[in-house]
Amino acid sequence: MAEKVKFELVSPEKILLSEAVEMVVIPGAEGNFGVLPGHAPLISSVRPGTIEVYEGNNVAERIFIAGGFAEVTPERCTVLADEAVTVSSLDRGAVDIELAEATTRYGESLAAAEKGNDADKLRFKAAERLLAVATAKHQAIEASGRH
Amino acid sequence: MASLKDLRNRIRSVQSTRKITSAMKVVAASRLKKAQDAAEASRPYAVRMERMLASLAQSMVGLPTAPPLLAGTGKSDTHLVIIATSDRGLAGGFNATILREARRQIRALIAEGKTVKIMTIGRKGRDAVKREYPKLLIDSVTDVGRRGVHFSEAKSVSEAVLTRFEAGEFDVATIIFAKFKSAIAQIVTVQQLIPFGAPTTAAPADDVAGAIYEFEPSEEEILTELLPNNVGVQIFTALLENAASEHGSRMTAMDNATRNAGDMIKGLTLVYNRTRQATITKELIEIISGAEAL
Repeated sequence: MAEKVKFELVSPEKILLSEAVEMVVIPGAEGNFGVLPGHAPLISSVRPGTIEVYEGNNVAERIFIAGGFAEVTPERCTVLADEAVTVSSLDRGAVDIELAEATTRYGESLAAAEKGNDADKLRFKAAERLLAVATAKHQAIEASGRH
Repeated sequence: MASLKDLRNRIRSVQSTRKITSAMKVVAASRLKKAQDAAEASRPYAVRMERMLASLAQSMVGLPTAPPLLAGTGKSDTHLVIIATSDRGLAGGFNATILREARRQIRALIAEGKTVKIMTIGRKGRDAVKREYPKLLIDSVTDVGRRGVHFSEAKSVSEAVLTRFEAGEFDVATIIFAKFKSAIAQIVTVQQLIPFGAPTTAAPADDVAGAIYEFEPSEEEILTELLPNNVGVQIFTALLENAASEHGSRMTAMDNATRNAGDMIKGLTLVYNRTRQATITKELIEIISGAEAL
């Protein structure tokens, strides 16, 4: 497979990754999608999850992202990430703690939000998001088969 | 005439001032380098964000479903002016020029009969606004970018702004900051944040031209996510530019101060030596004439 797609991963603070790859799999808001050269132009939002970069038929790199946007053109695939780290640098212990904290906060704010206060509802939204991020991180580690 | 001792003290004090200003200059120079790199590194994200927004906005502009962040609230009665300044002074005219422009804007808006609300970033701006428009100040943030500006800081500022927007506290938001051009020149810039101004880069980039994007989920949903994010990015860019400008301005100011101190020391040393010689000559004359009188 000679053709490659130019993949860029950009955070607000810097360009994290810019290379030509054979395929990337992006966790889109409505399901994962793979990007090969010649993909139809697409703009999608990205849910928290793992970006998989394929070289040959194997995953060369797994990168966790906490959400963002992806822009795909036939030659190019750009991901604007809110926060991104390679899965291998995620610390299992820390993620477990984060997940536990997010779960408790979610529970607390859910109870508060049901009373219908606007500020509590906002807090609930934030907690919901945190939980989603933490869950996705957890899954990312599980999926990479590292213990 | 100043005594020799006074002169000596004076010279010594100017010398220590020069030491401080030259140290500050070196510090500012290294911070400037860092701030410039940070500003440089953030550019790709902003550029791509703008490109995405431009293609989205084109398809949404004018539609009744366009979110208020893009289309505005339909009126422009209340303006939020965000003034970005530094926390520390001694940066030449940096804060003064930003505040002068801010004052001009505010006065113009008031003259048009609009309601103005002010939000400040940085201690200097807060203090000045507190003095002049204490009633208009609604919020202030300080200690931003102590150790380099982080996106999370810009994000929290933008969240504060967006919460107020959603609560209907204002219709239009602009941010005033200094764009970094060089260490000598900073350009005070007034930029509209809300509603999102039509993208200034008119022609879309080469390969995008004519491309029709698919959107996933719908255009509206992406826009409602992208627009708040874009406010954050724009504030982030403004803060980065401001940080670079601040350090650049401080570097120039301190360079001038160091040079002035040098000139002053030269002048004072000259006076000191003249006085010293005059005293010696006077003493010699006294001794000689004393000896002759014998």
